[in-house]
Amino acid sequence: MDYFAQQLINGLVLGSIYGLIAIGYTMVYGIVGMINFAHGDIFMIGGFIALISFLVLVSLGLTAIPVILLIVLLVSMAITALYGWTIERIAYRPLRHSFRLAPMLSAIGMSFVLTNFSQVSQGARVKPVPPIITGGYTLHEGAEGFAVQLSNIQILVVLATIVVLALFTWLVSRTRLGRDMRACEQDQTMAALLGVDVDRTISMTFVIGAALAAVAGMMYLLYYGLVDFFMGFVAGIKAFTAAVLGGIGSLPGAMLGGLAIGLIETFWSAYFSVEYKDVAAFSILIVVLIFMPTGLLGRPEVEKV
Amino acid sequence: MSATSARPHASQPSDSAFILKKALISAAVALVLFSLMIGIRTEAGPEGNLIYWTRFGDLAAIVATVFGGSIIVELLRQWWGPVDKERIVPKPVQSAMSFAGRWLAPALLGFTVLVPVIFYDQRYILDLSILVLTYVMLGWGLNVVVGLAGLLDLGYVAFYAVGAYSYALLATNFDLSFWVCLPLAGILAALWGVMLGFPVLRLRGDYLAIVTLAFGEIIRLVIINWQSLTGGPNGVSGIPRPTVFGIPLDNSDDGLAAKLGIEFSPTHRLVFLFYLILAMALITNWVTIRLRRLPIGRAWEALREDEVACRALGINTTTTKLTAFATGAMFGGFAGAFFATRQGFISPESFTFQESALVLAIVVLGGMGSQLGVALAALAMIGGFELFRGFDQYRMLVFGIAMVLLMIWRPRGLIGHRAPTVFLERNQAISSDLVKEGHG
Amino acid sequence: MSNDNILSVDHLMMRFGGIVAVNDLSFAAERRKITALIGPNGAGKTTVFNCITGFYRPSGGAIRLAHDDGRVVKLERLNDFRISRQAKVARTFQNIRLFPGMTALENLMVAQHNVLMRASGLTFLGLIGAPSWRSAEERAIELARTWLARVGLLPRADDAAGNLPYGDQRRLEIARAMCTEPALLCLDEPAAGLNARESGALNELLLSIRGEHGTSILLIEHDMSVVMEISDHVVVMDYGVKIAEGTPQAVRDDPKVIAAYLGADEEEAIAVMESTP
Repeated sequence: MDYFAQQLINGLVLGSIYGLIAIGYTMVYGIVGMINFAHGDIFMIGGFIALISFLVLVSLGLTAIPVILLIVLLVSMAITALYGWTIERIAYRPLRHSFRLAPMLSAIGMSFVLTNFSQVSQGARVKPVPPIITGGYTLHEGAEGFAVQLSNIQILVVLATIVVLALFTWLVSRTRLGRDMRACEQDQTMAALLGVDVDRTISMTFVIGAALAAVAGMMYLLYYGLVDFFMGFVAGIKAFTAAVLGGIGSLPGAMLGGLAIGLIETFWSAYFSVEYKDVAAFSILIVVLIFMPTGLLGRPEVEKV
Repeated sequence: MSATSARPHASQPSDSAFILKKALISAAVALVLFSLMIGIRTEAGPEGNLIYWTRFGDLAAIVATVFGGSIIVELLRQWWGPVDKERIVPKPVQSAMSFAGRWLAPALLGFTVLVPVIFYDQRYILDLSILVLTYVMLGWGLNVVVGLAGLLDLGYVAFYAVGAYSYALLATNFDLSFWVCLPLAGILAALWGVMLGFPVLRLRGDYLAIVTLAFGEIIRLVIINWQSLTGGPNGVSGIPRPTVFGIPLDNSDDGLAAKLGIEFSPTHRLVFLFYLILAMALITNWVTIRLRRLPIGRAWEALREDEVACRALGINTTTTKLTAFATGAMFGGFAGAFFATRQGFISPESFTFQESALVLAIVVLGGMGSQLGVALAALAMIGGFELFRGFDQYRMLVFGIAMVLLMIWRPRGLIGHRAPTVFLERNQAISSDLVKEGHG
Repeated sequence: MSNDNILSVDHLMMRFGGIVAVNDLSFAAERRKITALIGPNGAGKTTVFNCITGFYRPSGGAIRLAHDDGRVVKLERLNDFRISRQAKVARTFQNIRLFPGMTALENLMVAQHNVLMRASGLTFLGLIGAPSWRSAEERAIELARTWLARVGLLPRADDAAGNLPYGDQRRLEIARAMCTEPALLCLDEPAAGLNARESGALNELLLSIRGEHGTSILLIEHDMSVVMEISDHVVVMDYGVKIAEGTPQAVRDDPKVIAAYLGADEEEAIAVMESTP
């Protein structure tokens, strides 16, 4: 039981990170209708920028960890958001009304560019950071000496996710920008006719998605204590899997899917085999889609005849 | 874009101010983007701690390049006038291309057949040609699924892997010859295609894409982890080389060279491999062209155009999709078996998502459905990739940039026309604007 | 009603969630006759079509198709593609659904898929170019040529379907449906978007399909001139139920029908009343 509780905590933390990335996929898909394959790499870039800015701040002599973390978070979100904006501008906007596969391949190309850009600019080796946030709580002392641990970093990841999600929900449901985004999702032509700046709204979608991925990247860095240039691919595929699992286009679905993938992966590793955890996640995706072809919370596709 | 076309096409002072402003903005964006990623280099230090050093010179160089590049691009854009498709690829060029298309294919084929004769002494070119032909074959195989049936398959490499491992394992464990294993590899890959296809083919669009991607990853992960069967990350080595129907290509007394009474040379095997993959690719091409003119091929294309109409006409869309999937998978399996026998060693590293993306890029860049286009795209992609052999680090980077630029330049691929499969009077190509891309 | 009905719909129900789109609808279509299904927008006509042609599975009721040889097919149990294959029911769509990137001829070849598939020995005989396959293909091209000529599209046989003008596309879609050699042809608003001349040509085409070919026709139509001129029998629906049926004359004079149209859409009501020959 204790073991189970521990895995539940670990799974939820991992799932939060996947969920944050998945939102970016699902938002872009909802509005532009394309799979932004470069999004996983945006997450990776977010992690790198967090790492580098952390390093710079420490060497500048800052010591207050909360201040450092806050600055790192803001810098990472801002710069990563600019990456998202630039990519949309260069690689996707010219292809907006084109053939469906063209933006997708452009996105795959962009993903290669980002992966290899960070490999070239920062080297291929894994970049470790010493644990920044340590300590935690022991929730329950088990009989056989197994204790359920809740570390501070886990609390931070979950808290950050909740805060970011609350902000994000407010943005989408209460602001002008959010209304424009929902309008573009329904019908871009009509939205444009009603005075919505579609280009700007789509740009903002990429910006917000990238900023959320940056939060995820930073959390990943803090939680696992390392970044490398290839981490975007696997995390990206899993987050996309999460988005599809939750029903692509659905924002709560993305978070739910993220948590589901995180839990599946953690429990599979804990009870069956670590090697096959990804196989389990992907298999469950396939099984879910067979029975619910539009994911857990996706709108059922009504076939117009 | 609309802003560019609205402005008068002349170099007024406001234009140069506009260009300068745009270049400055680009440079500022570049400065922010690259400030940390290029300006500061991190590395794991000797004691596991992280160290860093600055590279402000590189950063300045890059920002300056972006500034200059932005001015050049803007000037070019003005020189071209308003950006639209006709100007990027002028009409005369397009008609010249379609004329060239008629002669290009036979010329290209003739040249390809002669490659081993012309470049007999250049091992490198022979090797590269074999590689290009392998991708041509893969492209043609995937073309059946993506180009004809309009089903998006992001995990095509899985079938390539199934073919390669089928041959490798059958040959090393049961001593079966290449010629026995080749059809088996194709059949096994096709079976896997059906196994994957059966449950998932009712999914549409991007759901199908992600499931095929997931399937590709599952196959790769299983290969890595099922060590007792596949050797795991270490792969399978000692895969038998192909024989000319039982006669080995070595310098033994039973070898082909000895039997023909000529001096042995390792190039013989390369030449043999070259003609083997050429024949396999041509058979793939022949079968595909043939299939397009049969009801099954027409049903694939109809499926790409309108699935609902297909069902109203009594076409069983599930089996039609399955046959497309299985046919594509089978060709992938053949190519995989060839890959295994050529390399003599295979490992999961050869079957990553990048391979799937590469083959898909070849198909899309070729112009979906066009056999010649796919061959040209394979040549351009693999050949272009080889040009950067010396700059290993930058290879994938340049490849990615090229992919983005090519898609922006020709979103419908190099050859954007569809040739009808049957005609009464005039055999006229159909513009790609009309051809649908499928929803699967 | 006579016993020679090709199609009989009994107590058909179709629910989408809480909405009842078709409620306890019963009607029949006579063999070798043209039956029209009319009603205001949203009356559930297309839903009935989708049930008959297998795109929707009805929530209740029965749909029977009686062939000339007495064989009866239960349509409500068949999948969409089997309806065309086994029951010989063909249909067109309200929003034309051709294969736009294929030529007119190719469109008609796709329609003969099942026949050709058998002739090509499930592709294998075709792959080796067996003579039996070749002759079957020639016959298929001949059939396609015949239908192209009948709808007046022979000169455009090698043009992409998507390049044809709207009226031609409508006729091509009918020709494509006829290439499946159906016993019952279901047309979903075939005259929509046609001008007076084109709609006159359509009438002739439909009458000739019924007369020369002996194919029964079921059509949904808004264009009352088409309905009044060619239908043998008219079924009127409103809010998912049948409100009247009979000859075109009888239906036109039925106060319930006029009320339904007046209540729904003034223009259409006027169209009904003005279409007196």
